[in-house]
Amino acid sequence: MTDTSTVLPALRVDGLAKRFTLHHQGGVELPVLEGVSLEAFRGECVALDGPSGAGKSTLLKLIYANYRATAGSIRVRRESASAEVEVTRADARTLLALRRDTIGYVSQFLRTVPRVGALDVVAEPLLVGGEADTSALREAHRKAQELLLRLRIPQRLWHVPPATFSGGEQQRINIARSFIRSWPILLLDEPTASLDADNCSTVASLIDEARARGAAVIGIFHDARVRERVATKVIDMERFQPRPGSR
Amino acid sequence: MTEDTSPILRVEGVVKYYGARAAVSGVSFELWPGEVLAVVGESGSGKSTLLNSVAARVRPDAGRVSFLTRHEGMVDVHAMSEAQRRLLARTDWGYVHQDAVQGLRMNVSAGANVGERLMALGERHYGRIRSEAASWLERVEMDVARIDDTPATFSGGMRQRLQIARNLVTRPRLVFMDEPTSGLDVSVQAKLLDLLRSLTRGLSLAAIVVTHDLAVARLLAHRMIVMKEGRMVETGLTDQVLDDPQHPYTQLLVSSVLQP
Ligand SMILES: Nc1ncnc2c1ncn2[C@@H]1O[C@H](COP(=O)(O)OP(=O)(O)OP(=O)(O)O)[C@@H](O)[C@H]1O
Ligand SMILES: [Mg+2]
Repeated sequence: MTDTSTVLPALRVDGLAKRFTLHHQGGVELPVLEGVSLEAFRGECVALDGPSGAGKSTLLKLIYANYRATAGSIRVRRESASAEVEVTRADARTLLALRRDTIGYVSQFLRTVPRVGALDVVAEPLLVGGEADTSALREAHRKAQELLLRLRIPQRLWHVPPATFSGGEQQRINIARSFIRSWPILLLDEPTASLDADNCSTVASLIDEARARGAAVIGIFHDARVRERVATKVIDMERFQPRPGSR
Repeated sequence: MTEDTSPILRVEGVVKYYGARAAVSGVSFELWPGEVLAVVGESGSGKSTLLNSVAARVRPDAGRVSFLTRHEGMVDVHAMSEAQRRLLARTDWGYVHQDAVQGLRMNVSAGANVGERLMALGERHYGRIRSEAASWLERVEMDVARIDDTPATFSGGMRQRLQIARNLVTRPRLVFMDEPTSGLDVSVQAKLLDLLRSLTRGLSLAAIVVTHDLAVARLLAHRMIVMKEGRMVETGLTDQVLDDPQHPYTQLLVSSVLQP
């Protein structure tokens, strides 16, 4: 790593806006975010704070390129490349590569793949791109087991597809899946929402560990105690509410 | 991680008329190695015509389709000789039909259906052909004991698995699939989708999947194209198109199903 890596933010958001146009509800326009500007440096945990509907999840989805920005820019420093990637303008292939090697994302809900067991669901991010040899597979499974143990998923569930798991169990599978790789940028949408105190504190430790190895974490933490415990910076999303009448 | 420097397929301005009607009008896209692209849209939107124009099964009225060949770089597939094109279709390409009957030889054994494509590559050793066929039947989760039975005796799901094995045995670099799971019972469909997902991911296959089922696209594809009346009205990452659809037609498609 060069000096610049500690000076330049891992992520820069500038003047970002998001507006939904609902063509089948008479073309109604839903402005959700406006003028979002923020930075996240390596080793930081930035918490997005604001009431329900403030656009917190929307912001994470914009950064992950799951939603398309209406205006503004999102610049991400990619590990394997020297230049920044402008997420709102990048082509599909660059975005896929970014998701492979730079940005990890824990959504509020786990999208289960039928018939794939929990252990494999968790190990998958380590095995994308090409045929995994047996040693890579063994190593991925070892790491997956370690995370499942830390997150208190009973061993009898390890080979069961998570579709039938409880909300909290699914959430922990989702978390394990996202911490199995050392993502330089990690987006967490309410990772502790349905977890008990012990598991909350495990997630907090995982976040600390990710920061310690240089990740920039951006998260939404419903629980104020969790937020205080993990955040190094809190962003008030009310600042980015579109003004009435603006568009 | 290595990064490819060229797409495996480039489609430029493809147009195909049936009579006076343009079934496909001016579609362009690129496909990169390892990418799975879904083409969605309602029936009659031109999905299959597009697929067949790209797979060189029909000749477009305008436009160009180039494929990254192993030895000669990007080659216009419609400018190839018929013999070259057939070789390509039997080796480096695969084509999975909606109706397995079209993709299989119904009166020869399962083993021979798979082995046939190996023979097109020059393999003549009977023992090797048979063991390779058996191993592919296993990979598509078929009972190897059925290797000498003909597909005429198989269920729809098994036929589709056999068709997949037949296509993948030559290690193609690009596979075309036209509604690979429709027409099957829901539970059979789910298992087949799982299989396709793990095969495409595991083999880093590039594939184009035509489907009217957004859930199939969600599960299999990295990227998506939405077709309406022969035109591409929207394209993007699969989850972008499904979660934040921009075009009125895409919004209609997405809102007409439960949680694609
Ligand atoms: N795909 C979408 N299409 C239309 N509107 C959307 C879409 N996604 C989000 N919205 C709208 O954007 C607004 C912000 O939603 P968002 O989920 O970002 O809020 P949030 O701050 O995460 O709230 P919560 O704390 O309840 O999770 C809401 O009014 C929501 O209805
Ligand atoms: Mg939210």
